[in-house]
Amino acid sequence: MTTLMEFKDVDVYYGPIQALKKVSLSVNEGEIATLIGANGAGKSTLLMSIFGQPRISSGEIIYRGEDISQKSAHYVASHGLAQSPEGRRIFPGMSVEENLLMGTIPIGMDHAEEDMQRMFELFPRLLERRNQRASTMSGGEQQMLAIARALMSRPKLLLLDEPSLGLAPIIVKQIFQILKDVASTGMTIFLVEQNANHALKLADRGYVMVNGEIRMAGTGQELLVNPEVRDAYLGGH
Amino acid sequence: MSQAAGVNFKKSTIDALIAGFLALILFGPIVGVLLDGYQFNFETDRVAWMVAIVAIGRFAISSFFQTEKGIAMSFRYANSNDGATVLAPGHKSKMVWIIPLVIVIGLLIPFIASKYVLTVVILGLIYVLLGLGLNIVVGLAGLLDLGFVGFYAIGAYGLALGYENLGLGFWSMLPIAAILAAVAGAILGFPVLRMHGDYLAIVTLGFGEIIRLVLTNWASFTHGPNGISAPLPTLFGLEFKRRSRDGETFHEFFNLPYDSAYKYMFIYLVLFAVVWAVLFIKHRLVKMPIGRAWEALREDEIACRSLGLNHVLVKLSAFMLGASTGGLAGVFFATYQGFINPSSFTFFESALILAIVVLGGMGSTLGVVIAAFFLTVLPEMLREFAEYRVLMFGILMVVMMIWKPRGIVRVTRTGFAPKQGAVK
Repeated sequence: MTTLMEFKDVDVYYGPIQALKKVSLSVNEGEIATLIGANGAGKSTLLMSIFGQPRISSGEIIYRGEDISQKSAHYVASHGLAQSPEGRRIFPGMSVEENLLMGTIPIGMDHAEEDMQRMFELFPRLLERRNQRASTMSGGEQQMLAIARALMSRPKLLLLDEPSLGLAPIIVKQIFQILKDVASTGMTIFLVEQNANHALKLADRGYVMVNGEIRMAGTGQELLVNPEVRDAYLGGH
Repeated sequence: MSQAAGVNFKKSTIDALIAGFLALILFGPIVGVLLDGYQFNFETDRVAWMVAIVAIGRFAISSFFQTEKGIAMSFRYANSNDGATVLAPGHKSKMVWIIPLVIVIGLLIPFIASKYVLTVVILGLIYVLLGLGLNIVVGLAGLLDLGFVGFYAIGAYGLALGYENLGLGFWSMLPIAAILAAVAGAILGFPVLRMHGDYLAIVTLGFGEIIRLVLTNWASFTHGPNGISAPLPTLFGLEFKRRSRDGETFHEFFNLPYDSAYKYMFIYLVLFAVVWAVLFIKHRLVKMPIGRAWEALREDEIACRSLGLNHVLVKLSAFMLGASTGGLAGVFFATYQGFINPSSFTFFESALILAIVVLGGMGSTLGVVIAAFFLTVLPEMLREFAEYRVLMFGILMVVMMIWKPRGIVRVTRTGFAPKQGAVK
């Protein structure tokens, strides 16, 4: 199994505050890796630093053998990395289809039609709502749209920032089922989550982040039964 | 809605009394006390009239909003949902019939209208260009630009100074001024790439003022407040003057008696063609990925970055295209006036152009065209009201914003039709 993306001793500062402290982790090709942690642990910072927002101050982000830590966001996006950002961030005034078309920006419109049909097969709800304004959809549908939009750039590695944020438990279940389906097509997924239970059950491997540091690493199953993780993130016993 | 049957006149009366009292406080000192030499005159009947009008008006409005129709109306305003409506995929615009009609009428105007009407329409078209330019920056890309008049000034002074120093006429300066303004747009765009909203507004406001102050104070080059004359356009080298120093003039060539209206006719026809060209280009751009990128940037910048959108390119293209349209408008303004000075390019102009965009409906092309004519022709029609003109203007703006808070024309989007049989 080859490593697709790797963080090597990455430091990130916001002014005088250090948000990431010597973070090292890796994502292997074809797997679902997850990063769990509490609010403010630095999870989203880590994900955004891949796109240079903020820039890392030391260390390396290796993607397919190349250090991308100083590349521009559109370089990263056009080389097979796609992100569904925290809080979904769909374009509220645009229709569902226009949102999907926005996802093709890094690679151009050549496959737009074909990929859009693929997305509608994966997310039948979006097909029903394709001409609707995105802001008029429910939270779950908006999350589906955010994921579909990310997939429109034909990524090698899909980065997801808290897809369960603000969704009802039953919808969260649906979203994770969809992620499983996406992964079964061979997509590599790196999932950043607070919902540790769902994330660890889905993931092949997991990392636990506390105050900008990687505290623990292991397979999803290992972490799920780890007493420390259970205490901290899974609501005790 | 059940109490809609009867109008509660007691409530209306109380509303009217409160409004009348407020009007008394407001108009009492302003209208009622007249300074005449070294003494005061008290004009009580004028105050009484105004208070009465306000009170009766308030009574009428209050009563109206208690009727069924009124309730329905206020309900509609409270629920004016934001954003755009999406049209059905197969939607055919009614504009298909209207556009050729407008072109025909537009081409006939110079031959039937009086010179005065023609000059007003030219001014209207110049503001259409300005509105279309700012609409790209503010309406589509969502970058609040309060210094748009700067590009207008660059276009106008480009023509005048290019003629004076380099001997370039209207036709060569038309593209050059557009390019100059676009370069200025890029120069303004670079430092403000990281700014949003209020901060951006302040920087752009400063930019507009800088341009005006440079034009005012660099007297050796721009002639400062004295202004500078601008050349008229030529028709294949034929000038529109009474007499020409070199070569023939238009009326001599065609054996016509001299008429100063010819030059306005010609300016109008050229401007009319340019406006249609800009309209067409803009119409296409909005449907291209770059247009969608502008709108995406307006809606959510963070999402754009996570999609890897090159926001430098997108923002600069919006600034540059908007600015070049403003530059074109400036060239036409200069040639139409024949003489320009910095006082034509004050902040008030920027505010007026912004009003056109907001009134027309952010991002709506048709709305901007209507609003531009509305805001330029209306002050001309209100000339009879003399000093109350600006007041009337203000009231109309307020009424418009209450009546149509999203602008005259709401932006609509056409849905995409999926290919037949591809997906059930």
